[in-house]
Amino acid sequence: MRPSEYFLAHIWLVPLFPLAASAVMLLFGRKLSNSLVSVFCVGSVALSLVYGFGAIFQLIARPAAERVVEFALFNWIPAGPMHTTSGHLVNFNAQWGFLFDPLTAVMVGIVTGVGFLIHVYSIGYMAHEGGYYRFFGYLNLFMFSMLTLVLANNILLMFVGWEGVGLCSYLLIGFYFLKKSAADAGKKAFIVNRIGDAGFLLGIFLLVGTLGTLNFSELRGAIVAGHFAVGDAALTAIALLLFAGATGKSAQIPLYVWLPDAMEGPTPVSALIHAATMVTAGVYMLVRTNAIFAMAPRALAVVAVVGAVTAIFAATMGVLQNDIKRVLAYSTISQLGYMFLACGVGAFSAGIFHLLTHAFFKGLLFLGAGSVIHAVSGEQDMQKMGALGGKIRTTYLTMLAATLAIAGIPPLAGFFSKDEILARAFRANHALWLVGWLTAGMTAFYMFRLLFLTFHGTSRVPHEVERHIHESPSNMTVPLIILAVLSIVGGWIGIGGRFERFLEPVTQSAPASTAGETPEAALMIASVAIALGGIGLAWFLYIKRTELPDKIAASFGGLYRLVYNKYYVDQIYDAMFVNRTKDLGLTLGAFDRTFIDGLGVDGTGWLTRATSVISIFWDKWIIDGIVNLVANVVRVLSIPVRWLQTGRVSSYAGFIVLGVLVLLGFYLHAAGYTLANLRP
Amino acid sequence: MIGTGHYLFLSLALFLIGVVGVVTRRNVIIILMSIELILNAVNINLVAFSRLVGSVEGQVFAIFIITDAAAEAAVGLGIIIAFFRNRETVLADEMDLLKW
Repeated sequence: MRPSEYFLAHIWLVPLFPLAASAVMLLFGRKLSNSLVSVFCVGSVALSLVYGFGAIFQLIARPAAERVVEFALFNWIPAGPMHTTSGHLVNFNAQWGFLFDPLTAVMVGIVTGVGFLIHVYSIGYMAHEGGYYRFFGYLNLFMFSMLTLVLANNILLMFVGWEGVGLCSYLLIGFYFLKKSAADAGKKAFIVNRIGDAGFLLGIFLLVGTLGTLNFSELRGAIVAGHFAVGDAALTAIALLLFAGATGKSAQIPLYVWLPDAMEGPTPVSALIHAATMVTAGVYMLVRTNAIFAMAPRALAVVAVVGAVTAIFAATMGVLQNDIKRVLAYSTISQLGYMFLACGVGAFSAGIFHLLTHAFFKGLLFLGAGSVIHAVSGEQDMQKMGALGGKIRTTYLTMLAATLAIAGIPPLAGFFSKDEILARAFRANHALWLVGWLTAGMTAFYMFRLLFLTFHGTSRVPHEVERHIHESPSNMTVPLIILAVLSIVGGWIGIGGRFERFLEPVTQSAPASTAGETPEAALMIASVAIALGGIGLAWFLYIKRTELPDKIAASFGGLYRLVYNKYYVDQIYDAMFVNRTKDLGLTLGAFDRTFIDGLGVDGTGWLTRATSVISIFWDKWIIDGIVNLVANVVRVLSIPVRWLQTGRVSSYAGFIVLGVLVLLGFYLHAAGYTLANLRP
Repeated sequence: MIGTGHYLFLSLALFLIGVVGVVTRRNVIIILMSIELILNAVNINLVAFSRLVGSVEGQVFAIFIITDAAAEAAVGLGIIIAFFRNRETVLADEMDLLKW
């Protein structure tokens, strides 16, 4: 590392600032004033932002071939030698190490940049909420975990961050923990994520056992050294297990169910964790381990199909939601599906590109939705909004930019990233492209439906609420404006394949794209056309002929109810897994009570008591008996002796005399005297 | 003529009276007096044999015993007075604290 690269050398400080602030908040936060909390927590993220972007610029300043910085802070788990499944002896050692390369740079940029804007926004949004310090403490803890996740140089340390963001997600979804639905949503998110994490953990175990290394930078070398063939079963299994972890964290089928419920959390949380950063961790992980996925085409096919199906499935659910945040939640699931679709067809850089632009416009959409909710006194139902465009102008214009961006209208950010994904999908498989293309149309439709229902048409806001409608304070609108600008221009960095080349050192193992045979221009026109079609349909249904949606709903009653109730997936999961698990728990509980407690514990108690009766008998009659017998024998023997001990001096004197007489008699007898010859 | 045998009989008589007194009487003072009788019986015995043998040792020994008896009487009476102060009795059959 060159001496001038201060920020690159101090990259390990980036996650440390939020951790320190979080520790202060969670330990002493209760005693601090709100303004002090804001200074601490937003300041710490600002420091991370400065250090993060300093490092990014210093990395870009390097020549393309040298854009990687890796160093270990300390040895974390030095576990010693072990054999891999192929028989190699390797030294297992997990470091607390940092890897900073173009991919990490993108992620650090998103996390610190968007994270900082959302922190600023939260000052305004959370100003009147209880638990201000707690909110910021958790939010900073999240920043630490997320930055650890993206900066880790090995998959085990990444898992630490992975679990850390899961924990913070749980804590922040359940931030209003007195509200049962919020507490339940937090639990649901945590448990569903555990299922995915179990797969992830197994994947890590298998990865270590097969390749013998945890370090991302050594994966490719280990695969080459191990002479693994393309499609190797072990690598496919690792890839699928890692992808299972990704489906949990990134809300893909079948583990997406937690994300819509996660909207119970405060809106900045939805924007930061459940739109811009944490949910993209799965995509990041996939791209980070792309060396493995590139060797497992079957796993990649699974990723692509799951991504595509999730994209269109979530989009259909988003169409009929009335809760403004839930529409955005399904949209997030759908867009994450796009990212996985991109990864699945080998377009890792396109996936990350979409991740980047999505962070801008989806973060903005959530913040805008928060601003709307703020304006209409906490109402989230779009049926009770409408015609807000003129009253909260900044929010409206910024959200319009984000909506156009997500709909894929050129030259906004979403157009470039989505177009790239669709082009790569077309090259890989026409069916995948078709699904993505249809999803693009539906995305445009439901996003403009949201926009029209909220900001256009006639006002359905109750009168007492209407009087209070106000634009949010500047610390909320300024982040909106900045993100709106990014949503507009953010896609331009991808023009001419610049972004792809920037990520090349990381994604070099991706299958080479067979360029040239794709009708790029035709695909571009097709996707813009279907986006415009979706917008037009939304305009027709929700501006021009507002009575039509209800009629359509009535004529397709069954289908409408199916989609409106989100395909009853939650109910099916409840019936299939949740209730079965509960039953299992109850059965095990009954088993515990009857057999473990009843037979085992109580039975042992009974048996002990029964055997103790024998023991008591033995003790009482044999042991005690012997003792008492000895005592009694002594007592009986003592009776005549005791009788001698009168205690009277005269009797003792008498005994003495008697004794003397006896002795005298004895000696006289011995000397030959008798009574007859006693007389001298 | 009074011979050594007569002295021995007198001595024996005094000794038996003393022993009977020690064993049978209840009053400790009387017991103490009986002990004096026993000691004096011994003295007569010693003096009688001294004269018979023609040696003066026995008579010297008798003088020692008289001295000893005086000291013993003094100590014994002291014990009795101390005992009386504690127990308000001088009867030997009530002195049974040594009993089991």
